Amino acid sequence: MTGVFHPRQLVKSLPDALRKFHPRYQLRNPVMFVVWVGSLLVTVFAVAEPSGFTIAVAVWLWFTVLFANLAEAVAEGRGKAQAESLRRTKKDSVARRLVEGGEERVSGTELRIGDLVVVEAGEVIPGDGDVVEGIATVDESAITGESAPVIRESGGDRSAVTGGTTVLSDRVVVRITTKPGESFVDRMIALVEGAERQKTPNEIALTILLSTLTIIFMLAVVALQPFAIYSGGEQSVIVLTALLVCLIPTTIGALLSAIGIAGMDRLVQRNVLAKSGRAVEAAGDIDTLLLDKTGTITWGNRRATEFIPVNGTSVDVLVDAVRLSSLADGTPEGRSVVELCVERYGRSAELTEHEKTGEFVPFTAQTRMSGIDLGGRQIRKGAASAFAITDEVRLIVDEISAEGGTPLVVAEDDVVLGVIRLSDVVKPGMRERFAELRAMGIRTVMVTGDNPLTAKAIAAEAGVDDFLAEAKPEDKMALIRQEQEGGKLVAMTGDGTNDAPALAQADVGVAMNTGTSAAKEAGNMVDLDSDPTKLIEVVEIGKQLLITRGALTTFSIANDLAKYFAILPAMFAAIYPQLGLLNIMGLATPRSAILSAVIFNALVIVALIPLALRGVRYQPASAAALLRRNLLIYGVGGIVTPFAGIWLIDLLVRLIPGIG
Amino acid sequence: MSSTVAGLVQIGLLILALAVVYRPFGDYMGRVYTGTKHTRVERAIYRVARIDPESEQRWSTYALGVLGFSFVGVALLYVLQRVQSLLPFAYDRGAVPPGMAFNTAISFVTNTNWQSYVPETVMGHTVQMAGLTVQNFVSAAVGMAVAVALVRGFVRSKADRLGNFWVDLVRGTTRVLLPIAFVFAIVLVATGVVMSLKAGVSVDGQTVATAPVASQEAIKMLGTNGGGALNANSAHPFENPNAWSNLIEVFLILVIPVSLTRTFGTMVGNRRQGYVLLGVMGALWSAMLAVIWAAEASGLRPLEGKEIRFGIPGSALFANATTGTSTGAVNAMHDSFTGLGGGGALLNMLFGEMTPGGVGTGLYSILVMAVIAMFLAGLLVGRTPEYLGKKLGRKEVTAAAVSILAMPTVLLIGAGIAAVLPSTGAALNNPGSHGLSEILYAYASASNNNGSAFAGITVTNDWFQASLAVCMALGRFVPIVAVLALAGFLAEQKKVPVTAGTLPTTGPLFGSLLTGSIVLVAALTFVPALALGPIAEALQ
Repeated sequence: MTGVFHPRQLVKSLPDALRKFHPRYQLRNPVMFVVWVGSLLVTVFAVAEPSGFTIAVAVWLWFTVLFANLAEAVAEGRGKAQAESLRRTKKDSVARRLVEGGEERVSGTELRIGDLVVVEAGEVIPGDGDVVEGIATVDESAITGESAPVIRESGGDRSAVTGGTTVLSDRVVVRITTKPGESFVDRMIALVEGAERQKTPNEIALTILLSTLTIIFMLAVVALQPFAIYSGGEQSVIVLTALLVCLIPTTIGALLSAIGIAGMDRLVQRNVLAKSGRAVEAAGDIDTLLLDKTGTITWGNRRATEFIPVNGTSVDVLVDAVRLSSLADGTPEGRSVVELCVERYGRSAELTEHEKTGEFVPFTAQTRMSGIDLGGRQIRKGAASAFAITDEVRLIVDEISAEGGTPLVVAEDDVVLGVIRLSDVVKPGMRERFAELRAMGIRTVMVTGDNPLTAKAIAAEAGVDDFLAEAKPEDKMALIRQEQEGGKLVAMTGDGTNDAPALAQADVGVAMNTGTSAAKEAGNMVDLDSDPTKLIEVVEIGKQLLITRGALTTFSIANDLAKYFAILPAMFAAIYPQLGLLNIMGLATPRSAILSAVIFNALVIVALIPLALRGVRYQPASAAALLRRNLLIYGVGGIVTPFAGIWLIDLLVRLIPGIG
Repeated sequence: MSSTVAGLVQIGLLILALAVVYRPFGDYMGRVYTGTKHTRVERAIYRVARIDPESEQRWSTYALGVLGFSFVGVALLYVLQRVQSLLPFAYDRGAVPPGMAFNTAISFVTNTNWQSYVPETVMGHTVQMAGLTVQNFVSAAVGMAVAVALVRGFVRSKADRLGNFWVDLVRGTTRVLLPIAFVFAIVLVATGVVMSLKAGVSVDGQTVATAPVASQEAIKMLGTNGGGALNANSAHPFENPNAWSNLIEVFLILVIPVSLTRTFGTMVGNRRQGYVLLGVMGALWSAMLAVIWAAEASGLRPLEGKEIRFGIPGSALFANATTGTSTGAVNAMHDSFTGLGGGGALLNMLFGEMTPGGVGTGLYSILVMAVIAMFLAGLLVGRTPEYLGKKLGRKEVTAAAVSILAMPTVLLIGAGIAAVLPSTGAALNNPGSHGLSEILYAYASASNNNGSAFAGITVTNDWFQASLAVCMALGRFVPIVAVLALAGFLAEQKKVPVTAGTLPTTGPLFGSLLTGSIVLVAALTFVPALALGPIAEALQ
């Protein structure tokens, strides 16, 4: 898994980290810029008065800057690797552009919005667009990593194709919808590389807070010199700088941008593409989650739950027929039919030798049925409209439909034997997930086209907080507006063109990659796996991002207490011996104490890089429980850890001649 | 009755009295600032001053009102002191020297009441009554107005107005401060506080100075001002004759800052929001009282300069109340406290005057700190931080940060320069760490608009007069402008509804978080300086 951090990455990112010593980079981060200036200052003084102590302090201050650079470089490095593999999909394809009276071959980069191109089996789609003619299977593994081919067809909600993917069968005409260089893959590359990374609102606010703390500590340290002079114990610039660097929030300052990059990265690893960091942060704030019933809460593919014989057919005959019709049918519906035959009627899931001689008739959009031809028998199942049905059958079919189910008619040699009821089945584990969301303070609303009765039954089974039945796209939009009017943040998923306005209106709109270009354009995230439950993970990642920032800020500030206990007695025990009482860690000498604090301050950055990249562990819980837990771990832990760390480092540092 | 028992009885009575008035008085102040009717007196004032009481102001206009009003206040007070020789009841106390007059004008307008002068020999009764006392009222009313404006920022939704500064100022003065001060001036006279227009009385051939004390004394406490009509302040028997007057004065110091938490809770529509702030203030106040009392009780120093009329508990209680509220009145010389006791009084100020803080200033200061604490807490629970239904983003954090930065900045720069000025040595009574404590105390007192003096330092040279005046002005008005900006940014926002995911700010968890933030910010900022002053002294 790419999420794991290897120390190797540190070495690999070293060249990038060294490049970041340029002041242009440092200026972006006020806290680390202060360290950078401080390192420079100490180096000048160390050169003027070289000693083991001055050189060691200078070296470790530079290490502090280096470690911060490393953290960012490592985070960016992982994005670069992903971008590299994406870029490989961007081979310059040749496009067959349709022109007046024929087609011409042009480079993919010359395509403009509105151009029509032809793509046939084996060819690479030259740019993002919508299928306007034909139906084809497409291999999108280059983008999604999913090897199973997907179907793309004109009209409908599965018309969008992505440049760089390959058509496996048939022929389609695609209308190009993006300019070259602004395609989906281009945007994705830019995002994972962090080239487009802008500080998110929250990150900016935090940077202001960190800058404020830095200013306060600069004041405290600068004012200390006159107080020291007054007290008869003037301090060297080196010692004062060391104190300053130890006090300002370098831990969070060093890791802040790495946390942001890694947060986006975690989304990409889950195959979600966020168009901005702002959207990721908003995901953490979601109050209301709109989830489509079909495919999200229930299996998008309905499952067989009942066989209803008609025309006096016996159940046995019907079950035999449905089993035969579905044995070779690999679709989820087909498999669910076989499963029901096995579970409820004790039939075999295996084909006998005789049955193997049958010929499977696949589903086509034209016939709207599938089945098997076996020894002269023609067994078919399909939509009711594909068969000539009697009133008796129509009654059953209508009833199933009215209850939110899907009827499939089964016939042998054009004689209808019965009806299969396909129903929504709530996915396992949904109830628990909704309970988690509730614990996080998020209300879930199920949106469905079903009638209120069916919707209510499924809502109760799934454990959602509320439902919107017989929902038209306008209703969805109205619900979002209504929630937002009350100040709530709303998230939703969608794929169809008619979802686009709602996706745009929602604070977090996750479009399915299988959806239309309009939907993908309207949402602020795209899920490449087209898995609507991913929204829940997106919310968690958003929260995790903020928590990681908060945790490391708390840790960073809490660390200062120990540093005061290390450095203040070291500075002033000479003039006020009673201040030696504050040296509760028993650090060997003033020099070892100061150096140990500086070294701890630098090493803690490296030690926390994995946490910054991975993110703080997030468990759904109430806000108060989370606060209590995180304050304990990162607040109290932040107070205690440096006492132990500085003490341990001092045990080694005191062995250095001239320091101990 | 032993002194410890007497102290406990005093504290018990104080808390009882505060508890009794908390609800009715807090709610009364809420009605004062939310009511729509104007009294006849107020209407007359608005007519004369040409104020339209129905028009509300944006935050910037509100802030300009505060600054303009205060600037005019400084100018008038300065002129009044400079022309003192022409005024009645001056008793040959001539024009106040320019540096001292400037410092005093800033001091009283900023609600600091730092006194670089000796009232008995410098200020005549007219300047005291028509200048200093007027500012005692209006500077307190300004603090309350700013606090109320901030609360409105939390309450209002998608609004660009914060209320009318002039209306808030007039109502605070006429409906809250004047009536209470009037009643308690009479009560204090009953306890023996002097009220006289004479220059002094002759006792056994010696002239003992008198002044119209009682009328100033009540508002000096009630408005958390602290500027005494006599040099010894509330240690003087004419200002604070006995245990009852002492208790009443401490009560007056605390009553508005404490009750304003109720006003706040009422205005934001959730009283528990106010109780938790009161809890935080009370916890820190009690802890510091225990520290100062214990330090004084165990002090082995000689009794030089120690107050013995009210005893150690009476001194500790008064010192804790006066430094925890930016009042600055004293009934004992803090310079004569032990290292830890004096350090405690100093720390009370370094908390930023919010335990419970000055009238209005205490409430808005603790709310700013709550904004910072909730920002961090919001991150820790993975939501965009919010407090009282308002998101805390870039603008809000910036305003809060500026407000918090002002005090340590002016304090540390001022004290740092003072520490190395050659002239400072001559101004200090004590060398070494106690001398540094005296410097730190002076600048902490000025920057926090407290006004209490450690009293071991002579602050009449030009550097001190000017630098302390600058500290007082910036320590007062930078936070006020930042707080009003914060109020404006908050009011603009739509209110975020409370959902199951909202971090509650009414329980002990938030209380501890806020308490921790107050202590931590003060500790991290000032520990290096304190190490060379009170800490070195206390560890001796």
